[in-house]
Amino acid sequence: MTQDLLRLSDVTVEFGPPKRPVRVVEGVSFSVGKGESVGLVGESGSGKSVTSLAIMRLIGGRVAKGRIEFEGRNLLDLPASAMPAIRGRDIAMIFQEPMSSLNPLMTVGDQVAEALLLHGWHDRTARRKRTVEMLDLVGIPNAEGRLGAYPHQFSGGMRQRVMIAMAVACEPKLLIADEPTTALDVTIQAQVLDLMKKVRRELGMAILLISHDLGVIADVCERVVVMYAGRVVEEADIRTILTRPQHPYTQGLLRSVPRRSHEAERLYQIPGSVPPAGSIRQGCPFRDRCELAVPRCAEEMPPMFRFGPSQSAACWVTAAAKGASQAGAAA
Amino acid sequence: MTPLIRAENLGKTFGASGGWFGGASDQVRAVDGVTFDVEAGETLALVGESGCGKSTLGRLLLRLIDPTDGTVRFEGQDVTRLSSAEMRLMRQRMQIIFQDPFGSLSPRRTIGQIIGEPLEIFGLARGRQARRDRVAQLLDQVGLPPAYMDRLPRQFSGGQRQRVGIARAIAVNPAFIVADEPVSALDVSIQAQIINLMQDLQRDAGFSYLFIAHDLAVVRHIADRVAVMYLGRIVEVGPKRLIYDAPQHPYTQALLSAAPEPEVDTISRRIILRGDVPSPSNIPPGCSFHTRCPIAQEICRQDRPPLAQVAPGQLAACHFARPNPIPVADAA
Repeated sequence: MTQDLLRLSDVTVEFGPPKRPVRVVEGVSFSVGKGESVGLVGESGSGKSVTSLAIMRLIGGRVAKGRIEFEGRNLLDLPASAMPAIRGRDIAMIFQEPMSSLNPLMTVGDQVAEALLLHGWHDRTARRKRTVEMLDLVGIPNAEGRLGAYPHQFSGGMRQRVMIAMAVACEPKLLIADEPTTALDVTIQAQVLDLMKKVRRELGMAILLISHDLGVIADVCERVVVMYAGRVVEEADIRTILTRPQHPYTQGLLRSVPRRSHEAERLYQIPGSVPPAGSIRQGCPFRDRCELAVPRCAEEMPPMFRFGPSQSAACWVTAAAKGASQAGAAA
Repeated sequence: MTPLIRAENLGKTFGASGGWFGGASDQVRAVDGVTFDVEAGETLALVGESGCGKSTLGRLLLRLIDPTDGTVRFEGQDVTRLSSAEMRLMRQRMQIIFQDPFGSLSPRRTIGQIIGEPLEIFGLARGRQARRDRVAQLLDQVGLPPAYMDRLPRQFSGGQRQRVGIARAIAVNPAFIVADEPVSALDVSIQAQIINLMQDLQRDAGFSYLFIAHDLAVVRHIADRVAVMYLGRIVEVGPKRLIYDAPQHPYTQALLSAAPEPEVDTISRRIILRGDVPSPSNIPPGCSFHTRCPIAQEICRQDRPPLAQVAPGQLAACHFARPNPIPVADAA
């Protein structure tokens, strides 16, 4: 078992007025080990992006409950002034649309160098050398010659490479990537995913990859956390999720993706749609779309049950059928 | 037999020649010399990455934009030469479903007004009550409660909106529907619902789809045939089975292998193309794919390969494509 780098325990995030809060994320717990790659998968409204922003303390909402520990330290206890030193140096983040995260008026070289300067690279020559190294690492052709180029002169895939260079320049221990390839074409997505794996291998950092696409996560991650309507519903290593998913939502999600191995006449479809954020106040948020639901599902949110050494899922019905015992206690 | 749609040598160039901002290099050749048929009742998937010209091609077929060269025949009739009055009548036969159906519609009109509009324009339901009855029937067909007709678009989820977009398209009983990335903006669990709905409606009404998508995964279930586009040209086209199991063009092969699937051990099969898609304003000479092709040779830099038959019904534009070894009987 790897040592935990990041651990979220019972994290609840609320938006709106404190008297009538909308709970967008509720009771989320998972961890990321040192050097591990973990995928956070979910559809829109699942709370996956809010969770990742909460880790960086970049949300407009409130973390109403829970702990977010990084190397044993609860980030929620730190003064806001301590966060900039952690962002970039310890935890870095990349987003879906690199153009909106890059400064259009600054050269690419200056932007990577700025990230270094903020974290103590005061020597100009060393900074420049490191900038070229980083751009080279992420596969920008003729890196030295491109230092003076502006973001608009790069394609979408190249911009995401620049973002990755900026993010990993200070060798963070954790890279949070929020839908990093969603805006890219498939052949460019394949390049960027390959790059993320290479950078992780060479720098030994952990990755928390947020995506709606289980295929993308299967490519990069060792372990998966499945979220639905603000809650974690299943967690397992990637092979187990793909071959023996336990939660009805994970099963439905996997069956509804068109792919080689089940080219049946008709696609499986999960009925209904994701409930609006905060609309489910009690019980399992998936019950209205679930074929297995029993009356208890509407009354009580199921806790996580353990289905195997690496697998747990929050489902009353599956747990009863498989004789799974409640997880949690050991964690 | 005449195909429903026949595009011949269809081309579209955007941008003025010369003028204020310089010469010919500002021109974008979005679609270049495209020839293909769509048969009655079939689904032809048109797949390619951003900037390949797939949406432009879809709009050319419907004459939402005029081609620079070539013709589009609809049931034998050249639509590029129709007068605007004739074209107006023709629009009842051909419809479009957009990625975001509400991007271009008034947020203040009810669902009933939005779906009822084409009925009114083409005189398909006379009188308010007849129109409401027909809208209710259409809503039911696309899986929405008829009572929703008095609601506004913002009260609908993405999947429900796409159902409304589909209801509006089928309201006029078209023979041909261009579906431009109809599920790309939707969640995975909703994508399957919409694809199934589109298939069900087609089975009942018998119209044809041109289903535009940016990757091959999503069209796997709905397509009868697949055409792959790269920089304005069709590089491969054929029956679905042959395209997925025995693609002959290196770009099709790369596109197929690039889409990560939620499967164990798929990674080793991946072909990763180098570089970016070149700009359509500066298309490489010879085979336009040669700058990224893993098997490109000298000839590819100089001669453009024609789209040639590699198996019955399957054509590929590659100097190194070979007759497809898969017998058609097995492939069908």
